[in-house]
Amino acid sequence: MISVKDLRKSFGKLEILKGIDIDIAKGEVVVVIGPSGSGKSTFLRCLNLLETPSGGQITFEGEPITDKRHNINATREKMGMVFQHFNLFPHKSVLQNLMLAPVKVKKQPPAEAERIALDLLRTVGLSDKKDAYPSQLSGGQKQRIAIARALAMQPHVMLFDEPTSALDPEMVGEVLEVMKKLAEGGMTMVIVTHEMGFAREVGDRIVFMDGGQIVEQGTPAEVFGNPQNSRTKDFLSKVL
Amino acid sequence: MNMFSVFWDYRTYFATGIQYTLLLAAIGVICGFVLGIIISLMRMSRFWLPKMIGSVWVEVLRGTPMVVQLFIIHYGLVAFGVKFTPIESGAITLSINSSAYLAEVFRAGIQGVDRGQSEAARSLGMTRSMTMRYIVLPQAVKSVLPAIGNEFITIIKESSIVSFIGVTDLMYQSGAIQGITYDYLSPLLVIAAIYFIMTFTLSKLLGAFERRLNTDDQR
Repeated sequence: MISVKDLRKSFGKLEILKGIDIDIAKGEVVVVIGPSGSGKSTFLRCLNLLETPSGGQITFEGEPITDKRHNINATREKMGMVFQHFNLFPHKSVLQNLMLAPVKVKKQPPAEAERIALDLLRTVGLSDKKDAYPSQLSGGQKQRIAIARALAMQPHVMLFDEPTSALDPEMVGEVLEVMKKLAEGGMTMVIVTHEMGFAREVGDRIVFMDGGQIVEQGTPAEVFGNPQNSRTKDFLSKVL
Repeated sequence: MNMFSVFWDYRTYFATGIQYTLLLAAIGVICGFVLGIIISLMRMSRFWLPKMIGSVWVEVLRGTPMVVQLFIIHYGLVAFGVKFTPIESGAITLSINSSAYLAEVFRAGIQGVDRGQSEAARSLGMTRSMTMRYIVLPQAVKSVLPAIGNEFITIIKESSIVSFIGVTDLMYQSGAIQGITYDYLSPLLVIAAIYFIMTFTLSKLLGAFERRLNTDDQR
C-alpha cells in the first residue's frame, strides 16, 4: 500500500533521514519506536509530505506521490494524521471540526457529513461533546476528537505522530483504546509512539529507528523478545 | 456656554460634516481591511513578484505622510489625465493608507497562528487557500482584533485631512463656521467632542464584539 524507497531528508546540513526503505501492507499496523531525534516523526511526516523529502520515492496505492506533478491534496484525503498536540481547530465546534474537510474537500452533502461525524463521535465515545469547543475538552478527549476528525475523511491509512506524548498519564488509556479498536477494525496504521506496551500488543510489526535509519524490524515478539542489534537492545533496556 | 449655542445654531453644518466623515471612514475601513488582507497575503507569498509589490506598497505608504499621498492622488495625478472628485481622492487615500498598516497587522496575526493548525488542515486534504480561508484567517483576525480596532479609530481621526481638498467633512465644516462666527474655539471643541463620541462608541462596540467571539473558545 505504501512503498518507501531510499527516503532522505535534510534540514540544511543536518541529515535527519539517511535512506529509509519500507513497504507497508494494507491492514498492517506498523509501530515505529526509537530514541528521540532518531527521525521517527520526520519519517512519518514525509509519508503525507508535510515534510518534503530531500531524496527517494514514496508510492501510495501505486501512485508516486513524491513526483513533482502529483497532486498531494488528493492523496492526503486518503491519509489521516493524528498529531502530538491534537491541533483541533479552536474556533470551530467539535462537530464542525469533523465536518469541515468532508464538506469542503470531498464536497460531501452536509447532512451526510453530519451523519458520519455523529457515527464517529459515538465510536470514540464523545457523542455528548458534539457542540463543545476544543477548549472545553480534556487532552484525552481532544485527541479522540482529532482521531475522529481524521477518520471523517474515510482515509485508507492513519498516521499517528506520538498521539499520547502530550497527555496526562490518566488519559493515555482512553486514546490507546480508540486506536486499538481502529486496528482491530482492519485500518492500516503507522504509529510513532513511546508506549511500548501498546506497541507490543497492537503492532503487527515493530520498526526500530536510530540515527535516521531503520536499525531493526520484526514482529513484536522478535523485536521485544529477542532484539538482534545492540542499539535496539540498548534502547529497549532503557525504556522497558 | 458658547460651544452649545454654536452646536445648535450650526447643527446642519455639523450633520453634513458627520455624514462625510463617517462615509469616508467607513470606506477607508472596509476597503483598507479587504486590501490589507490581500497585501499581507502577497507579502507572504512564495513568489517574488507579489512579495515585492506587497513590500513596496507597505513601506511606501507607511513611510510617506498621508497628506502628501492625498495631494498626489488629487492634484498630482491630473498631470496624467487622472482626475478624481475630492471624495474619491479622500476615499482612495484613506483606503490605501490603512491597507498598508492593516497588512502588517494581519501579517503578525497570520504568522502568530500555530503551525500545527495549517498542518492539520493540509493533512485533511485542504488546499493552501482553503487552509488560509477556513483555518488561519479566522484565527488570525480574531487575535489581532484590538490592533484592527486601533487602526479603525485612527482612520476616523485621520479622515480629517480630506478637508484640505474641500470635502465637507467635520474638520472642513468647523472652518466654515469659524469664518462665519469669528469664534475660533467653539467649532473646534464641538467637532472634537463629535470625533471623540465616534471613536469611543467604536472602541466600545469592538470590545463587545471581542467578548462575544471569546465566548466561543478560550484557548
